[in-house]
Amino acid sequence: MKRQLPLIIVIGLGFLFVIHVFVPHPISQDFFDWFQKWIKVISPFALSLGIMSLTTVHYHKIKKKAPNWPYSYVTLIGLYVTALTGFIWGIEEGTPFMWIFRNLNVPMGATMFSLLAFYIASAAYKAFRARNLEATVLLIAAVIVMLGRVSIGNAISHWIPDATIWLLNVPNLAAQRGIGLGVGLGMVATSLKIILGIERSYLGGGD
Amino acid sequence: METFGVWIAAILTLFIFSFLYKENPFYRFAEHLLVGVSAGYIIPYTYYNVFVPYAWNPIINKHEYILILPAIIGVFYIFRFSRKLSWLSRYPIAFSMGIVGMYVPLTMQANVLVQMRSAMLPLTNINTILIFIGTVSILLYFFFSKAHKGLYGKFTSIGIWFMMIGFGSAFGYTVMARISLLIGRIQFLLKDWLHLMK
Repeated sequence: MKRQLPLIIVIGLGFLFVIHVFVPHPISQDFFDWFQKWIKVISPFALSLGIMSLTTVHYHKIKKKAPNWPYSYVTLIGLYVTALTGFIWGIEEGTPFMWIFRNLNVPMGATMFSLLAFYIASAAYKAFRARNLEATVLLIAAVIVMLGRVSIGNAISHWIPDATIWLLNVPNLAAQRGIGLGVGLGMVATSLKIILGIERSYLGGGD
Repeated sequence: METFGVWIAAILTLFIFSFLYKENPFYRFAEHLLVGVSAGYIIPYTYYNVFVPYAWNPIINKHEYILILPAIIGVFYIFRFSRKLSWLSRYPIAFSMGIVGMYVPLTMQANVLVQMRSAMLPLTNINTILIFIGTVSILLYFFFSKAHKGLYGKFTSIGIWFMMIGFGSAFGYTVMARISLLIGRIQFLLKDWLHLMK
């Protein structure tokens, strides 16, 4: 019963939600409201999994003195100091929590993502060097889209912004639609596998 | 305090940019700090914006004691790390997975039927013909039950070309977004920190 009962809950709820979409009866709506209330109470506890996992990983790294273990102290201090400032002083504007967010989290996050600008440029160069026809098409499309969205593109030729609009509205639309349809069908198939009890990997291992 | 914050932000920005030279202790410090601070940010944020309004206030202030039951189910998440009691963590997961039932009709509607309806346009000009050929060839490219050989293989290869243009457009937008972030960081260093720009 350790596996069967959760499976029965998933299958039961799954079919009830399928019915809920097609039958907008007050009972069905009440059931949906009840479920939403319950899931909003359950969901914040999922965060404890992530925090425990992060703490355990870094605790073991420190304990075993694994490579780069001193940096694990940095992660753990960052994690608990940020969380504690939020609990002690609140999360409103002007609190130490928001100070950490503005002066540590935001600049570091933005800088980390901006680093990708350099690596994307080197990836584009490698794709160009590959002399692969498909990769070249990708690169040309990327260059046209980039130039067409900034004023220099229009300064070079007025055809560039027009070409960008055409690329986005015709071949790109076909690509997005084809991929989107595939993704949609994949989601439906996976959802069906879950509510029919075929896909059970989310239950984890053990009994 | 504001100047101190700018200095901290600038130093951490330089620590991360130092990775462009090679991996070094300064970068590793900033990288680990970012992971810790980002995770630490989510805890009070979730507590004040989800736990307090939807669990604490209804139970304590509105006396909706029935909600203690989902709260207990939620606590079962932590048993995921216990060898003997990990089976209990399947209950909150099961409740969360139940909503998947809604995805079947809703995804079918939003991702499949609406897209198909939009694709079924009268083939009156070259653009609608190209969109039609592109969509069909991409769908056939992902149809693996038939070998991509002969005329069928040639048609599916057209799908690759359409996808490459699609990926190229997405790549172009990504590069622009990253460069915009880079400009933002350089502006911060030159304007807010060093006051070299106005």
